Amino acid sequence: MSVHTRPQDTFAAHPLVSSNGTAVRFTHVARHFGAVKAVDGLDLEIRAGEFFSMLGPSGSGKTTCLRLIAGFEQPDAGEISIFDEPVAGIPPYRRAVNTVFQDYALFPHLNILDNVTYGLRIRGMGRAEREKLGREALALVKLIGFDTRRPPQLSGGQRQRVALARALVNRPKVLLLDEPLGALDLKLREEMQVELKALQRSLGLTFIFVTHDQGEALSMSDRVAVFNAGHIVQVGTPEEVYERPQTRFVAEFVGGSNVLEPAVSARFGGPERLISLRPEAIAVRSSGVASEIGRLHASGTCIEVQYQGAMRRVIADCAGVRLCALVNAAEVRDLNPGERISLSWLPAAMHAMEDGR
Amino acid sequence: MRSKASLGLKIGTGLGLLFLHAPLAFVILYAFTTEERSYQFPPPGLTLKWFGVAWSRPDVWNALTLSFQVAAVATILALVLGTLAAGALARTRFFGREAISLLIILPIALPGIVTGIALRSAFSLMDIPFSFWTIVVGHATFCVVVVHNNAVARLRRMSPSIVEASYDLGADSIQTFRYVILPNLGTALLAGAMLAFALSFDEVIVTTFTAGQQSTLPIWMLNELVRPRQRPVTNVVAVIVIILTFLPILAAYYLTREEGPASDRP
Amino acid sequence: MTSAVLDLPLPRESLSRRLSDALFKYRGLLLTLLLVPPLLWLGIVYVGSLIALLLQSFFSIDEFSGTIVREFTLKTYAELLHPANLDVILRTVVMAAAVTAASAILAFPIAYYAARYARGQMKAAFYLAIMMPLWSSYLVKVYAWKLLLAKEGAVAWAADQIGATPAIDSILSAPLIGGPSLSVSYFGQFLVFIYLWLPFMILPIQAALERVPGSLIEASADLGAAPNQTFRTVILPLALPGVVAGSIFTFSLTLGDYILPQIIGPSTLLLGQAVYMLQGTAGNIPLAAAFAVVPISVMALYLLIAKRMGAFDAF
Repeated sequence: MSVHTRPQDTFAAHPLVSSNGTAVRFTHVARHFGAVKAVDGLDLEIRAGEFFSMLGPSGSGKTTCLRLIAGFEQPDAGEISIFDEPVAGIPPYRRAVNTVFQDYALFPHLNILDNVTYGLRIRGMGRAEREKLGREALALVKLIGFDTRRPPQLSGGQRQRVALARALVNRPKVLLLDEPLGALDLKLREEMQVELKALQRSLGLTFIFVTHDQGEALSMSDRVAVFNAGHIVQVGTPEEVYERPQTRFVAEFVGGSNVLEPAVSARFGGPERLISLRPEAIAVRSSGVASEIGRLHASGTCIEVQYQGAMRRVIADCAGVRLCALVNAAEVRDLNPGERISLSWLPAAMHAMEDGR
Repeated sequence: MRSKASLGLKIGTGLGLLFLHAPLAFVILYAFTTEERSYQFPPPGLTLKWFGVAWSRPDVWNALTLSFQVAAVATILALVLGTLAAGALARTRFFGREAISLLIILPIALPGIVTGIALRSAFSLMDIPFSFWTIVVGHATFCVVVVHNNAVARLRRMSPSIVEASYDLGADSIQTFRYVILPNLGTALLAGAMLAFALSFDEVIVTTFTAGQQSTLPIWMLNELVRPRQRPVTNVVAVIVIILTFLPILAAYYLTREEGPASDRP
Repeated sequence: MTSAVLDLPLPRESLSRRLSDALFKYRGLLLTLLLVPPLLWLGIVYVGSLIALLLQSFFSIDEFSGTIVREFTLKTYAELLHPANLDVILRTVVMAAAVTAASAILAFPIAYYAARYARGQMKAAFYLAIMMPLWSSYLVKVYAWKLLLAKEGAVAWAADQIGATPAIDSILSAPLIGGPSLSVSYFGQFLVFIYLWLPFMILPIQAALERVPGSLIEASADLGAAPNQTFRTVILPLALPGVVAGSIFTFSLTLGDYILPQIIGPSTLLLGQAVYMLQGTAGNIPLAAAFAVVPISVMALYLLIAKRMGAFDAF
């Protein structure tokens, strides 16, 4: 597994890790805090070189998983291996992974360069050499000329970059990111999403990214694991998770799907199964407008029209079933709450799920 | 937005603060009086000669030296014990934690005379003769809480993830303590040490029970107050004590300014 | 874990690393290591001493030989109930209560001003102005009042200057609190107790008042309350936990003090003095120990009541 590069080589010129094999493997891993089952019998394989997201609401076990990989927590049962090496009982300072913390966790008593080179100093590297590597890492995250500043003097986005450089300079086999963008404002968050993805691609490094933001997870990841109550309910590419949710929870948590009970689905002309129906698959017409052939229909009353830029979110009540549709603004220009409307969709848009978590 | 303070409130506050601060000004004034036999006010004349007299008194020097030594040793002991206790209690939850917190505060929460006589009865039960160390034991016991409180306040303000970040970057526990925890805790420990020193340097109640025939500076002053020998020398010593306690307390304040009250004193 | 890092040197294997491995392997080991020294010290030295004290209070003194009889008895506690001893306890508790009440009244304006009106630099100045007297030398503070209250001292001089001598004389000639001069009267003693403990009352009241949001006071005014109504119905109840917290200090400190009553006040004893004299000159350690249990029990009771009133949130 050992890829030897000389210290003077820059990051970008030499990918840190070749991308084959399994980076992290969880086998029946459980971690309980008293009666709370934070992680409950988890199996997972994260491939080397992929951008892997752990997505879920707070308390779903995703951060605990990250901490298990980093070594801050030890599993109560099961086994974790990093690049096929079991890591049971191995303390965090002996693991070849590094973490970008949610609050960045920069050392307040050290300047930026000393923060970034902390790991190298611990390894006993000389000052000149480690500062050279530290500056390279800072250049990699586009933060130049801040070497002697202290963390409190930087903006949130800049601190974020320092935290990233501080982790990357140690050339970890896996980079763990714990909701690193949570504290940034929207614009900066979108910028960092693009940069993180580009960085990951150019380094070829395995990124494990924890987030509760489904948009973030879907836009950056090669694969996503959706967490709920200590379990992984679905793993797949963003397309798979979004378009073919396996459970009610995934359908609702990722993209806010309409979930139809089997009886309701049958009433609308679909299969008698638990169904996910994406809001953007539903078209909205005024009641009485001739319907297209081959589509399924439901008529109802418009309850609310929400402004969403170019789109409108229409919430309708169809004989006691609440449906949500996302449509182009032009299609519902004159629609007002209280009006009778007709909703339609293609039968193929009704995705059958297993009932479960 | 905010209404002005009423005149009555201002007067009440002003008089209260005057009441708190004026008496010490008189002590300083009396150090310069030419009157030897009484506390005559206003002083008939002013002189610097009592500073010279106090300077040449071996009993003052002996008491001052003993107080310094006791305070230094008690502070070092309190620093070690208080820091360890803070490390154990700042961010953990375990059965008995509350009881341990109470145990640390108890020596200053109970009246000093209780601590004093308790130590004395223990020494007498075990036939331990009074010595330098019996004084130190008493002082260290009530100084622990001061260091502990300062250290706990700082540890709770410190982001817990910086310790994890240090582990994550390859540092072991001892390196993490040396390179991350200690630099962040440093000023709080220094402030705690200053306050502990001031507390010990000034302590009289517990000391009367644990000193035997030895005389710390406060004991010396107490003897002078009960049976005055040379009043002007006592006045000068009082001024020295004011200065020696004022400086560490002021330093402690500036070291922990952002954290609010460092700790309440017994 | 040789493949842990690709091209960087590994940290040197050292004793400290192996020790850290042990700390990670055995969770709780670190906590134990941290706790053992302070617990040994406080547990053995301090709690041991308190137990020794408690033990002694159940011994008695042989009336003829004056030696301590190391046998369990409640005789010593019964002795506490002698009128003379009860008198000492009662006098001390009354003094502590009076000092506490007066401190609360004096402390309130200062705490209120510091919490509500002082800002920025002024706030820091207030903080120092309260902390400095709190921390300055106890003996020097007592000494200052010996100077001030002396017959020829500054207070008498000032009273003479403004023609207030008759007022002081009338206090001194009053029964119970009076005496030949201020420095040997209960009134003088009371005054110095207040001076000594006032900062301990100001700080918790200020802390409690800081927690009263300004909007609450504005809301009360908004709802039509007159300023003194707002004070009575909003501010005072919210400051009460702070007053109770402060009173723990003033009460406990007055109960246990024996230095001040030696220097200022009449020759009758307060509890602390009784303990000191019994264990010292009288050599009656059992009775001294029994006396010392009194403030402990009074404080335990007081803390129990204070806890019910939410005083511990005000620290």
